[in-house]
Amino acid sequence: MIVRFFHQMGSPRYFYGVAGKLIPWFMVSFLITLVLGLYYGLFVAPPDYQQGESYRIMYIHVPAAWMSMFIYVVMAVSGLISLVWRIKMTEVVVISSATVGASFTFLALATGSLWGKPMWGSWWVWDARLTSELLLLFLYLGIIALHSAIEDKRVAARAVSILALVGVVNIPIIHYSVEWWNTLHQPASITKFGKPSMDMSMLVPLLTMAISFKLYYGAVVLMRARAEIVERERNARWVQELVQEEAK
Amino acid sequence: MNPIRKKRLTLIGLMVAGIGVATWLALNAFDENLMFFFSPSEIAEGKAPTGHPFRVGGLVATDSVARKSDGLTTSFTVTDNAESVTVEYTGILPDLFREGQGIVAMGQLNQSGVFVASEVLAKHDENYMPPEVAESLKTAHDEAVGANQNQVSVQ
Repeated sequence: MIVRFFHQMGSPRYFYGVAGKLIPWFMVSFLITLVLGLYYGLFVAPPDYQQGESYRIMYIHVPAAWMSMFIYVVMAVSGLISLVWRIKMTEVVVISSATVGASFTFLALATGSLWGKPMWGSWWVWDARLTSELLLLFLYLGIIALHSAIEDKRVAARAVSILALVGVVNIPIIHYSVEWWNTLHQPASITKFGKPSMDMSMLVPLLTMAISFKLYYGAVVLMRARAEIVERERNARWVQELVQEEAK
Repeated sequence: MNPIRKKRLTLIGLMVAGIGVATWLALNAFDENLMFFFSPSEIAEGKAPTGHPFRVGGLVATDSVARKSDGLTTSFTVTDNAESVTVEYTGILPDLFREGQGIVAMGQLNQSGVFVASEVLAKHDENYMPPEVAESLKTAHDEAVGANQNQVSVQ
């Protein structure tokens, strides 16, 4: 049954329909978790013993930074599938993820910079973590630029997939930069193994925000994918019928 | 899997592995340059550059912060619990600067071995907790230390 589901999702027409039904669910759950996460993060969670209230920017910064890497991995995996199996829908996923990924990367860099000035004493330092994250932003921008430079959508998707796979080497570098080298950026507070070095009262709103940002990505990628499908399949009969229906 | 797909997958695998190895080699070669700062032990070993400015990172030693008479120059000791370096800095220190806090200072060593800093950045650690928790942790730590000392004195 799962195999059949994936087969059907590979068809643009089927994907378009399913995505249309899923978007409102993603949007509503995103808004609920966003309101909960922001309220508990900004008003309920206690101030930090050292940073006072300023640490609250992490409720945006940390989930945004996680998303910047998560989305890139999604793009690289979809890129791999596109290159090997030539599935149209994974090509669509690669390019639909790029702008939202770039936005999250920018958000992580900007909020980090705002926090860095009062805490570290500097807006920006060229340490390994910050530099590799900046490189990630350039990779996203490069992918967007490359995609819009090539007219043929399928050729563009292939080029972009290769670039995404080339850049994926940066992801472990970003993640481990704080362990491999001396950096000004602090090491991870939350690791897969081991107890998080953050109090529960602060951790729960942070994880809520992380879920919220994932749901936002889900909603946006589906919306953009739908738009991309309609553009790619504009000559297909089902799209023309859809347009005529909308026009009525 | 049909042969064409298998070939494509192998090619991509080789490409990613190749880039990975190349990056690893490049990063290894530039290891020194990627270090944001040197620890006092590394300076003692003579690993830090002598001709041009570099950064030193470590903890501000307890009871080492002193203000000079001009009111702006601060002198303190940066330690990694093995070696230590005396740092002098004229200017405004960041919010998180305090004794026991990690800092990174940019500057140069002068003839007398004092590190004259032109910039001091505070390094934050990965621990986040409310003030009450920090307080109770400190109390628990002090009690444990006290208990140990009692045991020592009993023995």
